[in-house]
Formats: sequence, C-alpha cells, structure tokens
Amino acid sequence: MPHDHHDHSHDTDGLSPSGHPYRPDQDHKLTRWQAMEIAMRELLVEKGIVTAAEITETVEQMDRRSPADGAKVVARAWVDPSFKARLLENGTEAIRELGIEPGVLKLIAVENTARTHNVVVCTLCSCYPRNLLGLPPDWYKQRAYRSRVVKTPRKVLAEFGLELPESTQVRVHDSTADMRYLVVPARPEGTEGLDEAALAELVSRDAMIGVATARHP
Amino acid sequence: MMGLPQKVRVKNWHPPGHVRAPMYLRGKTGEIERELGPFGNPEELAYGHEASRRRLLRVRFTMGELWGAEAENPADILEAEIYEHWLDPINAP
Repeated sequence: MPHDHHDHSHDTDGLSPSGHPYRPDQDHKLTRWQAMEIAMRELLVEKGIVTAAEITETVEQMDRRSPADGAKVVARAWVDPSFKARLLENGTEAIRELGIEPGVLKLIAVENTARTHNVVVCTLCSCYPRNLLGLPPDWYKQRAYRSRVVKTPRKVLAEFGLELPESTQVRVHDSTADMRYLVVPARPEGTEGLDEAALAELVSRDAMIGVATARHP
Repeated sequence: MMGLPQKVRVKNWHPPGHVRAPMYLRGKTGEIERELGPFGNPEELAYGHEASRRRLLRVRFTMGELWGAEAENPADILEAEIYEHWLDPINAP
C-alpha cells in the first residue's frame, strides 16, 4: 500500500518537486538469485580465488565502457573504404585493426544507406555489443521496444524522431543468438573536411543501434 | 546439410525450456542470409551440459511473411539467427 503524504507539500501524487516519480525503497527480501550471487561472491573471496578489489575493478571497467569505441570504428569506416569493406565482411576481425580486443564478441556490422536502414533489437533478452557501445540504454531492454520494433519498426523509429521514406527498406536485426550488431550510420553531408576524431563526435549510441542518424556538424 | 542460398521454414516446435528461436518466427518461411558457423547449442549450454556444436544461420524474412496484412511495409525485412536444427529446407517447386 503506497503511503499518502498529503501533509507533505513536496509530494503530490508521488512526484518530486521537479515532477519525477520517487523511486520506491527496496525493502523487500533478497530473491533467491540475489542471495545466491552474494553467497557465491563471498565464497570466491574467502577461498582466495578472486579478491574483493578485483571484483570492484571489473565492475568499474564494465561501467566505464562507453560508445566511444563504436564511434571510432564508424569514423574509420567513413574515411577508409577498404576498412569499411573489411568491417562489413568480418566485423570481429576488423575492429582489431583499431586496437579493440573483441574478446567473446562476434560482430556483424551493417551499413545504412539511402536505400536501406538497419535497426537492432534483441527480442529474447538484451544482447548488445557492450565492448563497443557500453551498457545498453534502459529502453533497449524494455518489452515495449523489443516487441514493437520487430512488427512496426517505422512507427517506433518515428517515435525516436526518425521518419523514413517508403523508398528506404527497413532491415531489423534480431540478435537471437551469438552475434552482436553495429549499425554504421550514413556519413552526414558537409563533413568532407573533418578528421576521424571530429567525425567520431557525430556518431551517437542511438545512431549505432539504428534509431537515429549521425549528427550534422 | 543444406546448401546456400535456400528457402527454409522455422520449425513450429514448442519444447519446454531454454530455446533461442523466438515464438514469432516459428512456422515462418525465409531465406538463408549467411552462415555463421558452428556454435555450442544454447539449449544444452543453458543447463550446464556439455554442448554439441550446431550450425547457426542468419535467416531473412519479409515483414509481409511475418505479419501479413498488418505489416507496415511488406517488403521491409527482419533477420534473425536461427540454429540449423530449428530449420526445415523448402525445396524449390
């Protein structure tokens, strides 16, 4: 039962003064899997298999990842047609050329053109090329995006502000298994004079998922 | 074993447990877009079993095939990774 706070002027309908909902406190008991995770982590530390510092460092590394590496890959593809060809042929191997270690990542890169617009989803869960793009946005993991973009991609893209002409074919990629996807957005016009670093600044996370285009300088 | 390119139909199986063939593609017909090589079968991996290696294929479907009259644009396409054991080849007429 939610609390009523009619005596508190700051709380109208559970909203903060700036109009955002308050996040509920997490007073519920641990789930089985939360308890299992804590037990497993403590055992690994107690037995000297990993240290608490190593766990913290790994979590921080995961949090630090950003879309910057993905943007670097896109900018290189824009300036170097032979790199772009290798990237589209075998994404996993091509990103090594930029010093990005794919690890377990198996990458497929797909190119947006005037004729084709690619957009990526994982309907089963939230598969995402984290090495290249960092952590996925919340909407990418939510049912609304996952269930709708495979059926009404044009409507969903329009909600992101991207209206596609009928002459552009939409190609939705559902990462159902082992591959991860990077969309190479079209290079904006008027960027001929820009170097790779400046070009990379134009490439947003959303453009590499396929729900936006690259920014104009 | 199937050659490429080829028309395939996703099996309309409904087994219990962890599978990677999404419900909305089961029973649908598409074309092999590319072959991705062998991967450990997720239906075994999910339970900690030693996994057999299965061929993974990218299958291309038209939105018209998936959604019929409800498709926004029947010529738009959707591609997904489907394990070989979920696919039946369709012979050319």
